[in-house]
Amino acid sequence: MMEILGQLTDGIWLALLPVNLMLIIIGVTLGLFIGAMPGLGSVNGVAILLPITFLVPPASAIIFLAAIYYGAMYGGAISSITLGIPGASTAVATTFDGRPLALQGKARLALVTAALASFIGGTVANLLFTGFAPLLASVALSFGPPEIFALMLLAFATFVGLGGDDIPKTIFSICIGLVLAAVGFDEISGEPRLIFGDISGFMHGINFLVLAIGVYGIGEMLWTIDSTRGKITSTETKMTVKGTIEDAKYGMKHSWKGTTIGSFLGFFVGILPAAGATPGSLMAYGVAKLTSKNPEKFGKGHPEGVAAPEAANNSASTGSMLPMLTLGIPGSPTTAILLGGMVIWGLTPGPRLFIDQPEFVWGLIGSFYVSNFFALVVNLSFIPLFIAMLRMPFTILASMIFVLSVVGGYAATRDMHDVWLMLGFGFAAYILRKLDFPLAPAVLAIVLGPIAEPTLRQSLLLSSGDPAIFFNRPIAGPITVVAIILILLPLFKFFWFKYRGVKEVA
Amino acid sequence: MSLRKKIAAATVGLVALSSAGIANAWEPTKPIDFVIMAGAGGGADQIARFIQSVAEKGKMTPRPLIPNNKGGGSGAEALIALNTSKDPDHTILVTLNSFFTTPLRQPNLGIDIGTFTPVAMMGVDPFVLWVHKDRGINTFEDWQSKVKEADGEWVMGGTGKGQEDSLVTTWLEQNYGMKIKYIPYKGGGAVAKDLAGQQIMSSVNNPSEAKGFYQNGDVVPLVSFSDERLPLVADVPTVKELGKDFSYYNQRAVVGAPGMSDEAAAYYQNLFKEIYDSEEWQGYMASESLSPLWMDAAEQKTYWQTQVDRHKELLAKMAK
Repeated sequence: MMEILGQLTDGIWLALLPVNLMLIIIGVTLGLFIGAMPGLGSVNGVAILLPITFLVPPASAIIFLAAIYYGAMYGGAISSITLGIPGASTAVATTFDGRPLALQGKARLALVTAALASFIGGTVANLLFTGFAPLLASVALSFGPPEIFALMLLAFATFVGLGGDDIPKTIFSICIGLVLAAVGFDEISGEPRLIFGDISGFMHGINFLVLAIGVYGIGEMLWTIDSTRGKITSTETKMTVKGTIEDAKYGMKHSWKGTTIGSFLGFFVGILPAAGATPGSLMAYGVAKLTSKNPEKFGKGHPEGVAAPEAANNSASTGSMLPMLTLGIPGSPTTAILLGGMVIWGLTPGPRLFIDQPEFVWGLIGSFYVSNFFALVVNLSFIPLFIAMLRMPFTILASMIFVLSVVGGYAATRDMHDVWLMLGFGFAAYILRKLDFPLAPAVLAIVLGPIAEPTLRQSLLLSSGDPAIFFNRPIAGPITVVAIILILLPLFKFFWFKYRGVKEVA
Repeated sequence: MSLRKKIAAATVGLVALSSAGIANAWEPTKPIDFVIMAGAGGGADQIARFIQSVAEKGKMTPRPLIPNNKGGGSGAEALIALNTSKDPDHTILVTLNSFFTTPLRQPNLGIDIGTFTPVAMMGVDPFVLWVHKDRGINTFEDWQSKVKEADGEWVMGGTGKGQEDSLVTTWLEQNYGMKIKYIPYKGGGAVAKDLAGQQIMSSVNNPSEAKGFYQNGDVVPLVSFSDERLPLVADVPTVKELGKDFSYYNQRAVVGAPGMSDEAAAYYQNLFKEIYDSEEWQGYMASESLSPLWMDAAEQKTYWQTQVDRHKELLAKMAK
């Protein structure tokens, strides 16, 4: 343990060298804005800036990229909250409660809560990473297809098993998401599915961001126009230091539980190579709602609903560095590009990296701590700027949202087909919302579907079609059982009340 | 370009017919769409990003190469993107063997690789049979008897039916009389990880994919499917040494979109020759165990034909 602390201190010193510190501050600021731009996420930021890193030594290069990654995780929340358009795929769950809070004139509360939760999530993840990296790598290895499928089942269960929602409508929404997730080439057989003749735009599948921006950007805009008729939607109080501190206190008091759940769950999902920060943040939202004493507040502007996914996406992005460094397998699209960067710098990611390149590894880990701190400071100092946007009349804001949504929809795949698709999703979402269908489960399904389907099929191939494989493995078994109980919970409740009702009548 | 300039240029061209002046004058005027036939993080993706970095570092292109992952449908998505490219002079593709197999397996895509423009063969990636060390298997013979004992319950992972490693796996089944349960994964990296975690029993992986786990002692190489022994695993015999005339490599080549102009093709051919000769690329090939195999454009066209014929045969055997 002492050895780890010594190495960590060296790493933090390395990150604090003037050139590295400068790169970190530039990185988090750039990342913040890249993350806040709908359609541009950390993937794009890291990919665009990768070539620049050849000008500096490898340790500084990866520190810079990690800083961008961190900044983008913070930045994603900004447009999710202020405009209702998810700034990045990892921040979709943040719109669920962040947007309603902004509409109630509590954008500052939402932004401050998001920043603090992100910081805590990042810190928890850093501590776990520092202390247990090699051990956690072996945990990631013990997750084969059946375990990952069981985990996906659990994620769906948290969304179905929530009390209060209309369960048939939730299931309908999940099914829509799953069908959309199936569009494109099938990974197992290599055959195209649901491409409607030969529309080439469907061949690459439906990009999750296209759906999310359509549903939350366009759909939300239509909904707000319909309900406010173009009036100013938010009467935000002035940005004062005192007010910000009060918000910070209030936000943390009401969302410590969501933050804790997000921090740990996000990290754990992040270290699994198949998953990454987007499923992590959605699952954290689901679990926070499930375990909350007042689940009915979620989706209507509950700080906890902002804190859980924000803590989770930061925690998961640190977590997803772990399989990249120790197994050479990227845990998220962004780390895939970082992995490419490491190969270019002449480093071999894998189990030997910690032993062969301790200076690089600890310099990187040290930079996580420093980046996380500066991301918080930079983010908090920009909050007044973002809140100022909300003082605009909605008629102006709406056109901004529209433009940003179209740009975001195009940027995701650079295909006009997806812009039309996004507009279609926006209209459909508006109508479904009018009919009281919950849309979050559809978004969850299109994220988790592409992970759940192949792992289900791989598992059944492993077991020659016997579903017992999900029950008789030491890790998959308990997860599957919990998931099934959660799914059946509403049914039990239904019969329980019915039985009691009958008895009372008698 | 004004008409007068055009005439002037044409005149110069006529005068200097023999000189390469005009042919070499073509340069990209906008960012080059650098399509990758695989998802982010895999072998082909790493190579594309490495090439991009070499070009960037040496300032070899006036406009940047922009990597664009289109891995859907065993690369069908990428082939369609090239086939329908509106700007063939700025569209190039990093390929694997799915460049040959995907059009054969999905004739309805309407892809004729003969129309594509050869640019450069950057090297070929060999395959090795790996097993987890806890299986206690140290030789290929051991492995064969264990697989036969398992009687159809021996589990191997790979990147999908019809993909490079599955062709090798099928070859093993048919030539050594065994039955293997084959589980498809998203990429070679995921296969290597699940072998290290003992979710599967053995795998046919490129050395670059299994290298980290091999150096850590988690996985053991048993036999290589290359013509010569590989420097990374010099103790491991080739199947040729063990008496079967077979070798199989994954091509790491760059091709241009159909309809690319001769001038642009010449530009990219020169560019990739320069990248191929760079110290960085030569170092990359050595560290990632790629075998060098430079070919010029004409040789590549011939190579494509032999590969198409060979894969037709391998796929036909697989269907049996």
